[in-house]
Amino acid sequence: MSNRFNSLLRPQGAPAHNLPRRAGVGLKPEHFKEILETQPDLGFFEIHAENYMVPGGPFHHCLTRIRERYPLSIHGVGLSIGADAPLDVGHLNALAALLGRYQPQSFSEHLAWSTHGPTFLNDLLPVPYNTATLQRVCDHIDQVQTHLGRRMLLENPATYVEFSASTWDEPTFLTEVVRRTGCGLLLDVNNIYVSSVNHQRNAQTVIRALPLAQVGEIHLAGFAQSQDGNGDLLLIDSHGAPVAQAVWDLYAFTLGLTGPVATLLERDNDIPIWPVLLAEAGLAEKQLHEAMEKPTQKVLRAPDGVLP
Amino acid sequence: MNSQTAFANALLNPELPCPGGLTTWNGSDPAMRFAVYRNNVMVSLIDALADTFPVVQELVGAEFFRAMASVFAHANPPRSAVMAYYGQDFAEFVASFPPAASVPYLADMARLEMAQVLAYHSADVPPIQAETLQIALNKPEQMVSMRMVLHPSVHFIASPYAVFSIWVAHQGAQSRSSLDPDVAQAVLVFRNSLDVDTLKLSAGVGQFVHALQNGQTLLDATNAASSGDSEFDLPQALALLLRLQLITHITSGDRYHEHAH
Repeated sequence: MSNRFNSLLRPQGAPAHNLPRRAGVGLKPEHFKEILETQPDLGFFEIHAENYMVPGGPFHHCLTRIRERYPLSIHGVGLSIGADAPLDVGHLNALAALLGRYQPQSFSEHLAWSTHGPTFLNDLLPVPYNTATLQRVCDHIDQVQTHLGRRMLLENPATYVEFSASTWDEPTFLTEVVRRTGCGLLLDVNNIYVSSVNHQRNAQTVIRALPLAQVGEIHLAGFAQSQDGNGDLLLIDSHGAPVAQAVWDLYAFTLGLTGPVATLLERDNDIPIWPVLLAEAGLAEKQLHEAMEKPTQKVLRAPDGVLP
Repeated sequence: MNSQTAFANALLNPELPCPGGLTTWNGSDPAMRFAVYRNNVMVSLIDALADTFPVVQELVGAEFFRAMASVFAHANPPRSAVMAYYGQDFAEFVASFPPAASVPYLADMARLEMAQVLAYHSADVPPIQAETLQIALNKPEQMVSMRMVLHPSVHFIASPYAVFSIWVAHQGAQSRSSLDPDVAQAVLVFRNSLDVDTLKLSAGVGQFVHALQNGQTLLDATNAASSGDSEFDLPQALALLLRLQLITHITSGDRYHEHAH
């Protein structure tokens, strides 16, 4: 299973993911008008695939116009790659149609499950890290990459519980998935931070253990604070607040290892006015500039789209 | 039962205990952490319904709405990852939800608001050209068997209540004082370019649109409209549909003979 996709993609030579190494913002309908009117200087936009699985209307009208001017990342939230059931081929077909229509520079999904039987649970649910999950997730990623005819990026999750059935740690598990399937990594730095607090891991150690040469995109977002049953801090991946300083610091640490990587500011709740998001993207852009000038303690980076 | 089945069942049923096999670094009760997932799922579903049904929410208040939406979501979780369409059976649920019985027009308001979402995302189909329609209408022998295909964004709601007036009263800050809800209204929802429009129709035009949507011939639709509303005027009805650019195709006879744009 491991190298099937390598042989598929390599001869074509087309970059599978080539988002610019700049800051991007999650595209929200609230901001369509202002973005089209002001055409802000931004690296790219990202959409949730499922929001655009509709036949027509303003979403497609605006995205078509935005796509004419900006690189695009399509980010799925409903494929349920971690589910212990076959992937929904209808959903894969809908993704293929969307990718065909908008020709995004990047397609990504999550290491999580969100469907069970006919039910869509509308959340990204955790999986135990063991051999059974590894086999299933790799089979699903192979299927996705074959079906879509492109490499995908897999996002590391934010989680609130761990499983007694886990036999691998998260970075080792992700490294093995990337090695076996040839997919890239969407490194969500906020998720690393949230999970590290929630499970008492060292965030920097986790990041160092990831397959950093295969990071095709970084996500940044805000979290909310709560408490667990012992009164210990529990962070919630809310996407409803500005990026926390601790996450900016971890981002700087990450860029020091990876060099500049396309970076998305995610905001899905309590969405602020456009200039606020644009300014936050500017903070990421500033760090990307600094990373560009600084020599990194660099892990070997494959050129975009070329598999190791 | 496998672990994802137990996890999914417990997410949707708060009576069930937290699934087994979950651990925490500090030995704290995993149920407290599992509750985050339970809350994420339910809040996201209720928020999705609140986005789709803002006037329903205004009519009953946020607290009642969220409690009602929670009962609905527990029993009717989404069947698709395309959340825009979540809540298509919400109106039916509202109609049979006893605590909401004191607001008899609530279910029809939910129908109207769902129709607006469907219209917003419906396919882009250009209207028929006026000349094409004119030519077809000039052949009276064809009119008997002619059918009109309306724009996919067109939705028609016939209510025994004044749902249109109530909906209008909840757009902005108009006075809502002198509104008699017990007046039947026929409402047309459609997309006009990029905006969803909502119009009140006369009873006859409403029946006409409804009949056309059900695939009735122009003749049968006209008869249905005239029998229900003696003031129904076919040229006026056609002029309205043309002006709103809601006729996309006409077909005639048994053959599916398309006169497209």
